Amino acid sequence: MSEILVECRALRRSFGSVQALRGVDLKLEPGKIVGLLGPNGSGKTTLIKILNGLLQPSSGEVRIDGRAPGVDTKELVSYLPDREYFPDWMRVSDALDFFQDFYADFDRARAEEMCRALELEQGRSIKTLSKGMREKLQLLLVMSRQARLYLLDEPIAGVDPAARDYILHTILTNYNPQGTVLISTHLISDVEQVLDEAVFLREGEVVLHEAVDSIRERTGQSVDSLFREMFRTGGREGGERNDR
Amino acid sequence: MNFSIKDSRPIWQQLTEQLRQRIVTGVYPPGSRFPSVRELASEAGVNPNTMQRAMGQLETDGLVTTNRTQGRTVTRDTEVLEAMRRSLARARTQEYLQEMQALGLEAAAAAELVREEGEKI
Repeated sequence: MSEILVECRALRRSFGSVQALRGVDLKLEPGKIVGLLGPNGSGKTTLIKILNGLLQPSSGEVRIDGRAPGVDTKELVSYLPDREYFPDWMRVSDALDFFQDFYADFDRARAEEMCRALELEQGRSIKTLSKGMREKLQLLLVMSRQARLYLLDEPIAGVDPAARDYILHTILTNYNPQGTVLISTHLISDVEQVLDEAVFLREGEVVLHEAVDSIRERTGQSVDSLFREMFRTGGREGGERNDR
Repeated sequence: MNFSIKDSRPIWQQLTEQLRQRIVTGVYPPGSRFPSVRELASEAGVNPNTMQRAMGQLETDGLVTTNRTQGRTVTRDTEVLEAMRRSLARARTQEYLQEMQALGLEAAAAAELVREEGEKI
């Protein structure tokens, strides 16, 4: 196991004339919960998609445990996209089968246990579930893997406070402690206390990467209020989730 | 009593204070098993590494001891517990006096009030 789990060097990605990432340098160690924080359009989703191999960088380098993202790293990375992806025909049990077939590190017993705790019957058709329940199902599947890197894209956007608590609790009690969790969000005050470190992304660049308690010690502010201060001018107004 | 992270000071310090309070008030009685980092982190909804740091401080305080086999236990040393109780009480008293000063009351006037109110209890 290398000491650095994720390494990005001079990472750039453009979409036509839009530069989504403008030279990201980032190193993440194993065993950390890291917040990827930035307003909408700052490049959070682009970075996450590059880390899991869904997008190719325009230039620069990415390594996950020393390997380039691709087939090799799928077994290391557990990814929660910012949208739902279950096809209409699936029942809960089909989704469990699907994860079991694809991922050797999937702990089916744990996933079933979490379904029971939610009173989510395995015979239920996924399309008949409420939006909140579908999001919880998606998260519990992702967190039932013993992955090295969890990439969670906006896991708490647009959910009510009780669901938010459930989601954060599920992350805290299920992640592999030797692995790293990267959580992207713009709802900082809600996640601040579960994070080891915060990465601030602004217009495609990392402008801060520091331990949460070190930020509090150094600035006398919470990460949330420091974020508000740093992004008050120049940053775009944040609407409710409009990431690409 | 639930954990609460309410101000902008480092989170581990706030957890340490609340755990000290729980120990001196007997929520975790002397000699009892102290919960694990994971249990407490889950209860407080905080990062386990942050809770670990708070636990480290409790060990430095001498409030909690680690034995290799049984995990952590709360100290039975009444002197240590009493000293911590005094220290927590002193910190609250200082905060109280600062508030009184902000209202324009000197320490002596505040003490007089404390005595008066104390007689009513």
